[in-house]
Amino acid sequence: MLASKEISSVELTQMFLNRIAQYNPVINAYIALDSDKTLAQASAADVRIANGTAEPLTGIPFAQKDIFCAKGWQTTCGSKMLADFIAPYDAHVITQFDTAGAVNLGKTNMDEFAMGSSNETSYFGGVKNPWDFDRVPGGSSGGSAAAVAARLCAAATGTDTGGSIRQPASLCGFTGLKPTYGLVSRYGMIAFASSLDQAGPMAKSAEDCALMMNVMTGFDERDSTSLNRPKEDYTRGLNNMQGEQPLKGLRIGLPKEYFADGLDANVAKVVQEAIAEYRKLGAETVNISLPNSQLSIPVYYVLAPAEASSNLSRYDGVRYGHRAAEYDDLMDMYMKSRAEGFGAEVKRRILIGTYVLSAGYYDAYYLKAQQIRRLIADDFTQAFKQCDVIMGPTAPSTAFKAGEKADDPVAMYLQDVYTIATNLAGLPGMSIPAGFSPSADGKSLPVGLQLMGNYFDEARMLDVAHAYQQVTDWHTRTPDLTAFEGNK
Amino acid sequence: MEWEVVIGLETHTQLKTNTKIFSGASIKYGAEPNTQADEVSIALPGVLPVLNKQAVECAIKFGLAINAEIAPRSVFSRKNYFYPDLPKGYQISQFELPVVGKGAVTIQVPANGKNAAYEKVINITRAHLEEDAGKSLHGAVEGMSGIDLNRAGTPLLEIVTEPDMRSAAEAVAYAKKLHELVQWIDICDGNMQEGSFRCDVNVSVRPKGQEKFGTRREIKNLNSFKFMTQAIEYETRWQIETLEDGGTIQQATVLFNPDTGETRAMRSKEEANDYRYFPDPDLLPLEVTAADKARVQATMPELPQAMKTRFEADYGLSAYDAAALTASRDIADFFTATVNAGAEAKPVANWVMGAVSAKLNAEDRTIHDSPIAPAQLAQLLKRVADNTISNNAAKQVFEIMWISDKSSAESDVDAIIAAKGLKQESDSGAIEAIIDEVLVANQAMVEEFKAGKEKAFNALIGQAMKASKGKANPAQVNEILKKKLTAN
Repeated sequence: MLASKEISSVELTQMFLNRIAQYNPVINAYIALDSDKTLAQASAADVRIANGTAEPLTGIPFAQKDIFCAKGWQTTCGSKMLADFIAPYDAHVITQFDTAGAVNLGKTNMDEFAMGSSNETSYFGGVKNPWDFDRVPGGSSGGSAAAVAARLCAAATGTDTGGSIRQPASLCGFTGLKPTYGLVSRYGMIAFASSLDQAGPMAKSAEDCALMMNVMTGFDERDSTSLNRPKEDYTRGLNNMQGEQPLKGLRIGLPKEYFADGLDANVAKVVQEAIAEYRKLGAETVNISLPNSQLSIPVYYVLAPAEASSNLSRYDGVRYGHRAAEYDDLMDMYMKSRAEGFGAEVKRRILIGTYVLSAGYYDAYYLKAQQIRRLIADDFTQAFKQCDVIMGPTAPSTAFKAGEKADDPVAMYLQDVYTIATNLAGLPGMSIPAGFSPSADGKSLPVGLQLMGNYFDEARMLDVAHAYQQVTDWHTRTPDLTAFEGNK
Repeated sequence: MEWEVVIGLETHTQLKTNTKIFSGASIKYGAEPNTQADEVSIALPGVLPVLNKQAVECAIKFGLAINAEIAPRSVFSRKNYFYPDLPKGYQISQFELPVVGKGAVTIQVPANGKNAAYEKVINITRAHLEEDAGKSLHGAVEGMSGIDLNRAGTPLLEIVTEPDMRSAAEAVAYAKKLHELVQWIDICDGNMQEGSFRCDVNVSVRPKGQEKFGTRREIKNLNSFKFMTQAIEYETRWQIETLEDGGTIQQATVLFNPDTGETRAMRSKEEANDYRYFPDPDLLPLEVTAADKARVQATMPELPQAMKTRFEADYGLSAYDAAALTASRDIADFFTATVNAGAEAKPVANWVMGAVSAKLNAEDRTIHDSPIAPAQLAQLLKRVADNTISNNAAKQVFEIMWISDKSSAESDVDAIIAAKGLKQESDSGAIEAIIDEVLVANQAMVEEFKAGKEKAFNALIGQAMKASKGKANPAQVNEILKKKLTAN
């Protein structure tokens, strides 16, 4: 529509800003908004469109997770520690969107330092799931998820350390992709667990994700873990997904561990129906095993906190960020500033991480976890000899109620039971809307189907998702926000 | 009881790179506080380290110079602790797998009293790359402590020896040798006042003959050889006295106070930090290939030992002279440049070790800022060699050149010879005429000589030189006089 000049970027952007003004006070998807900056970008985009230098994303309004530093923008990472931090530089991802002419609508809410699966650990308050305001949107990219689901943006960015793109995509009913580790530069993305963190797109459809991948990926010498490989066009295969059986020959691996105890029966049913749909599209299914996958959560909760405990040491109140108003000496300043600046979940993980790295415990925890991490990755290597993509549920249940798991960290950690293994292996993972499941209180809640691919197989995963989205309309469903007007 | 002191050194060598070890900020000394603190130096949220290739080349160079194993794969780890001058809350260093492994340095311990000079091999345990911290500025801001992060991230190579040294003299000989070597291979400017070369010295004592090491104390941050001698001697005495008084030594870190000449414990081992080392997930393991080593090898200057051997072979210099001329790169370069400018090697060696070094010592200067350039010295020695001037006259020319601007016309050797009338008389006809006059005027001496008084010959030469106002070539005078006296 932008290209055909039916609507200008400024008009489109203003439409989203109006929706944000209307719904954000309830949903709380955005932490920072700056309509002057946003509209200036939209105007600049309209100039590009007019003079014919527009790219596919020019003029499209996106929401950016508040984990990305954006010059001149409040960049909080969902923490009191950085509540007043204005980033003086742009993250690589922000630069990529800016260069493409995209419009930044604002910074989205998130679990504090991306630690959480419900967005309830945010210093800036919880986020409502647009499908049921009593429920959480998932996390940690909860603000981006709610913004995409409630159409408060065209699409959004997220980051995924253990499932933070895919689990909210499942709980809010849209398409989210965590790329292969190293495809998207982490420069300017506030670190939680450096060896696991990866940014990716959160959008309505696989096609939109493909367009965003074209912009987000690419070598960046400022990130030593960024992979130096040729640029890909992630949309290249989408048009081949037409006809009766576009997926003929595709082997889908179904890991038995992903359909065992702990999976909600209604979710299992939706996932099985989606797999049946894939068989209709020509794919065959293969039963596989990922025997070490049940170790993913314990391994993750050693490695991620270990890295986090070190990554978060820089927030000491000395140079920027929160500093206690009064203190006796240096040690007192450190302790008070960090005690006041960090929330409970962040403190819990710093404690766990500090413990597992301590002298005398390192070998038993950190080193052991690294060894098992390799075993988990080896499971996938074996599996991909038998299949092309792996499918299963994204999350064990549909969206749960706010407060339901907030006091039970282990129950919360189990939200990521199906997503964490791919982070540990560095593999790409994706969640696509696969249907709805009724809740006990009569709500209809989205269910996600997870796709896991081999390294650098994002293009094929997007094709596979796109093929499904050609014959289903789950990804086009939108929540009826007017029904919740009373919740304001 | 007779005691033996055991000493090992850890030296922090600041590498001569253009920029910091993990960012593009300058490392120039003496800038205004924090003007060289970029976003990586300040450790802003989201920034990442990128390894400086130049620093790696410096480490490889050092490894090659001490004939050490260079690790094909080494790992950067995080050393976690809180301090205001440590912006990330961790220092990036190499812990388990350093880039440079075992090597050795041969030291020359000078003669001392009845003890003759000797050589000794000091084994190097390892050398690893790490970043420096910033510094606290106390009193710079009224009522507060300031932090200057200009130095944060400066590349260091920490060089660790085995506990191979048995006296302060050996430790200082090693430190001096290392100091020369790192400048020789051009990886460090060697400036000790600016902190480019800092030594931590581990000292323990044990009864002579005992195999087991005593408990060591570490003297931190010695930045002068004089202080190193004083500190080790004091510490050794203190430990021996403590043990002889029935006390025990506690492992500790101590500081040397140059004003009192004493060492004082900073912190004991019990208070030591648990640094929670783990591999830095932001940096890939450092890989050094055979090709990398070959490339660096090609840039290596000739090492002092090889140069010494060559000087002996090519120039017929004694082992002592060759060692003295290769004691530092600057001396060797000065010598080589003078020889290359056309002077004969032996006289150059004599002059460099004699007149030049005497003058430099008297004025406390290094050969690097000698007021006489190698080309000037070569010209002077050529004039001696071609009999234009005598050795005595050369010394006068040298004195004049020393105090004149080396770029001015007045410093030209030939100009000085002409201006001072120092040209030697080498015309045999003219010398013969002078001698004839002398013989006529000193008949008595001639008779004495003929009567067998050898001394009279020297007296006649003296007369001839006097008559020529010192300008006659003494060798020619000698020859002609001898001929005339024996002919008669």
